[in-house]
Amino acid sequence: MFKQQNYLALGAVVLAAVVLLSLPTSAASRLKLAVSSWFLPLFGLASAGQQLPADLADSALPRRELLQQIDRLRRENQQLKSQAVQNNAIARENDQLRTLLGWQKTMPWKLKPANVVMRDPANWWRTVQIDLGSRDGIQTNQPVLTAEGLVGRIASVSYLNSQVVLIGDRDCRVSALIDNSTHDVGVVSANGPLDTSLVQMSYLSSSANIKPGQSVFTSGLGGIFPKGIPIGKIVDAQPVEYGLATEARVKLNANLGALEQVSVLIK
Amino acid sequence: MNFFKPILILSFTFLAVFGESVLGAPRGLLGAQIDLLPALMVYAALNADIITVSLLAVLGGMWFDSLSANPLGISIVPLMAAGFPIYVRRDLILRSSPFAQLMLGAAASAVVPALAVLLLLNGGKQPLIGWGSLWQWIVMTVVGALATPVIFSLGDWCGGALGYKLRTQVSFRLDREIRHGKILK
Repeated sequence: MFKQQNYLALGAVVLAAVVLLSLPTSAASRLKLAVSSWFLPLFGLASAGQQLPADLADSALPRRELLQQIDRLRRENQQLKSQAVQNNAIARENDQLRTLLGWQKTMPWKLKPANVVMRDPANWWRTVQIDLGSRDGIQTNQPVLTAEGLVGRIASVSYLNSQVVLIGDRDCRVSALIDNSTHDVGVVSANGPLDTSLVQMSYLSSSANIKPGQSVFTSGLGGIFPKGIPIGKIVDAQPVEYGLATEARVKLNANLGALEQVSVLIK
Repeated sequence: MNFFKPILILSFTFLAVFGESVLGAPRGLLGAQIDLLPALMVYAALNADIITVSLLAVLGGMWFDSLSANPLGISIVPLMAAGFPIYVRRDLILRSSPFAQLMLGAAASAVVPALAVLLLLNGGKQPLIGWGSLWQWIVMTVVGALATPVIFSLGDWCGGALGYKLRTQVSFRLDREIRHGKILK
């Protein structure tokens, strides 16, 4: 009887796993989001706990230092304002020229800031969750970036949270363009499980003019990432496939190992 | 039935999954995120009943997968595969010996991620694996092994401090009749 009970329990567990794994994709993702929402109160507590030392440090800051910071920020603000005026003038001129040439107008980027609330607990995926969801207008495949560069894309969305698959995961491949004389185009994909700062750029032509330090941007091909988002810089390149193609390693601009705040690009 | 132990084990599991997804320090320091679920499974298999072991496999696996990009349910079978053989043979295991705990923790921590990756590959998924994964696997095994005796100590301490123990039978009974033999004068 005792052994029978053990094997019944084993059978029930295996059956539960089989049922969960054979659920339709939409039902599985809804159930996954429902289960992950159990952790939401703890995420709130954790972010409040992380904020507390920063708040304490802010309250202990001397008045003189605060005044210096205000002064520095005012000057920075003035500089940015004058840059914005220049940029607006350039954008107007660009629009006029595009109209003259009969080209379509480019839409300005709208960015929504978000906090990273957790990372994937498994070592074989590179994903994070952010605190923006469908109630904030987030949709799947929207690009996610920081001030330094591209981070990834939205993989799944729940009401309050979204999962971002980071650049360097096998599920996030980006068509990229090298800022050189020949504007070589390749695909940025995963490099390896350990170093999050390096990615592989493949499908480059064998005659590509690649040198270390050249900047890599999104090419705009593929339909997910708009053109011109900085990705990183070339580290090195070597011929592959018996010299028929070239592969390069790219050091990412964004520090994926220490992501705290990101922005979601809303078209 | 004493529900304290199952609740304690499942609470630890919930907090362990949450901690693994929030704390990035192990990943930054060791290059791998540690997983405490196999160590908790060893503790459950040696100290709790089969229902608790099954609940830990199902709920722990679902919680882990819900915060990960894993398909929901993929971690259930590896956890059960680590816990069930230990549970079935637990009468033959020196469960109070730290060395036995360490070795079982190492074995479970090695088996669970390896089985999970095998299941993912078998299901047509493309997990990020390479030569660096070997290092991550070693880190998970070693840290899981070291964590197992700590979890045993913590679990025993919590059980002693917060739980209650079953009343043991004593030889004295109120209705005990003392029969005297013949009184010899």
